[in-house]
Amino acid sequence: GSMRALAAGPQTHFGFQTVTEAERREKINQVFESVAKKYDVMNDSMTLGIHRVWKDVLVLKMNPSPGTLLLDVAGGTGDIAFRFINYVRSVRERQLQRRLKHHQNLSWQEIAKSYQEDKCNSLGDSQVVICDINKEMLKVGKEKAQDLGYSEGLSWVLGNAEELPFDDDMFDVYTIAFGIRNVTRIDLALREAYRVLKPGGRFLCLEFSQVSNPLLSRLYDLYSFQVIPVLGEVIAGDWKSYQYLVESIRRFPPQEDFKAMIEDAGFFKVDYQNLNSGIVAIHSGFKL
Amino acid sequence: EEEEEEDEVEEDGGRRPLYPGHIPTSPLQKALLAAGSALAALYDPYRHDMVAVLGETTGCLALPNLRDKMKHHPEGYRILQERPRIRFSTLDMARLRGLPDGTLGREYVRFLEDNKVSPDTRMPPKFVDDEELAYVIQRYREVHDLMHTLLGMPTNMLGEVVVKWFEAVQTGLPMCILGAAFGPVHLSTRKLQVLATELLPWAVRSGRNASCVLNIYYEQRWEQPVESLREEIGIFPPP
Repeated sequence: GSMRALAAGPQTHFGFQTVTEAERREKINQVFESVAKKYDVMNDSMTLGIHRVWKDVLVLKMNPSPGTLLLDVAGGTGDIAFRFINYVRSVRERQLQRRLKHHQNLSWQEIAKSYQEDKCNSLGDSQVVICDINKEMLKVGKEKAQDLGYSEGLSWVLGNAEELPFDDDMFDVYTIAFGIRNVTRIDLALREAYRVLKPGGRFLCLEFSQVSNPLLSRLYDLYSFQVIPVLGEVIAGDWKSYQYLVESIRRFPPQEDFKAMIEDAGFFKVDYQNLNSGIVAIHSGFKL
Repeated sequence: EEEEEEDEVEEDGGRRPLYPGHIPTSPLQKALLAAGSALAALYDPYRHDMVAVLGETTGCLALPNLRDKMKHHPEGYRILQERPRIRFSTLDMARLRGLPDGTLGREYVRFLEDNKVSPDTRMPPKFVDDEELAYVIQRYREVHDLMHTLLGMPTNMLGEVVVKWFEAVQTGLPMCILGAAFGPVHLSTRKLQVLATELLPWAVRSGRNASCVLNIYYEQRWEQPVESLREEIGIFPPP
């Protein structure tokens, strides 16, 4: 009983089970190895495609300008990274169009030259580093990037959110979408986020949160526990990973508690925005 | 932590796992699984895991029925007590291969090798909420290849459909009935003709005439000639 627990290490949770931290890390590793190939299909099925909107809102809120250096942690299959690239690309295009409009008296040679230069810089030096702890997820992400034609401005790094392989003060923005819930020591991940951000940098977290409306909450619970594991079994042949998923959502701290944790890590101007009545929340903070 | 565990158990209809691999499910979850697995299996008949799940979630009437048939038969009763499993590790392939042609053991091994199948690919049950019934469905899955051998049917679509019809009549499992009814969808018209005119009537007649195939302790009858076993069970010679 408790003697064994003391010997094995600090206790934590895996969904609704009680496990050691080491066991939790291993179990979560197995979950993501198992779900990686069907991750995107499952996300679409479980959320009826709405996860795409949530991710769009995150990048809209980020409103990155060309030249931004983004670190997307637990970025696995690349959803945030690709949206970031699309966004800065379109912002850049608009910049270039505006610039051309103001240079009405250029010669044809000068205009052609500026086209050439800009073509080589369609992202305006923006870059995204996708960091994930799981090799399978990174693999799926890289293949997806190839299939969708994303080549420049992306790097893929294997790393742990609790101990990032990056120097201090490096990034303009740090995002973690539907990932922090799977981190074993959230406080460490938040402190790492603070460390690697430049002064003035922004922390953005998109994550499942608590629904306060009682009726919606009951329906949400019913859907989560009755339907989602079934979807996992039918689509991916994997009930247990999706059972873990819905349990882990219930385990994650509510909006205000998480806000306090972010403040503890040193961030200022921390606030959150509920999406769909709190099914999902975006937390934001700044390093000053 | 105690509270959360109970929370989880509440969600699953207040049940605990009864055997390794058991996932307790609420009636709603079973209904959704049955519907989902039926659609998945129809869409892709090679999703054996979905066929298995369908069998488990819809077998609540047929399985106890089968179990009772086994209980009231001396050989079946022994099977329920001893719980034999058919696996590569439990089969002595060399010995079976050495048996004379026409014996159950020799023909079974021939069937496995010709069709390149293995008894180890059968899914263990997950959603059956009774430990004994879980064994019954497992036994049904493991003797499926022996059904092929006794009926002389290969593992192509046509052969599988014929065996499904036989099993549907024998076991009454909704999954077999559905498989029997929808399996032919994937067959060409020529094969459908053969199926309808020769194979089906024979399979159904044999299924009706035969005693319960789960009541045969196959592992103790490897030396028995297939023809003699067919006669004993009541399966008519294949066309």
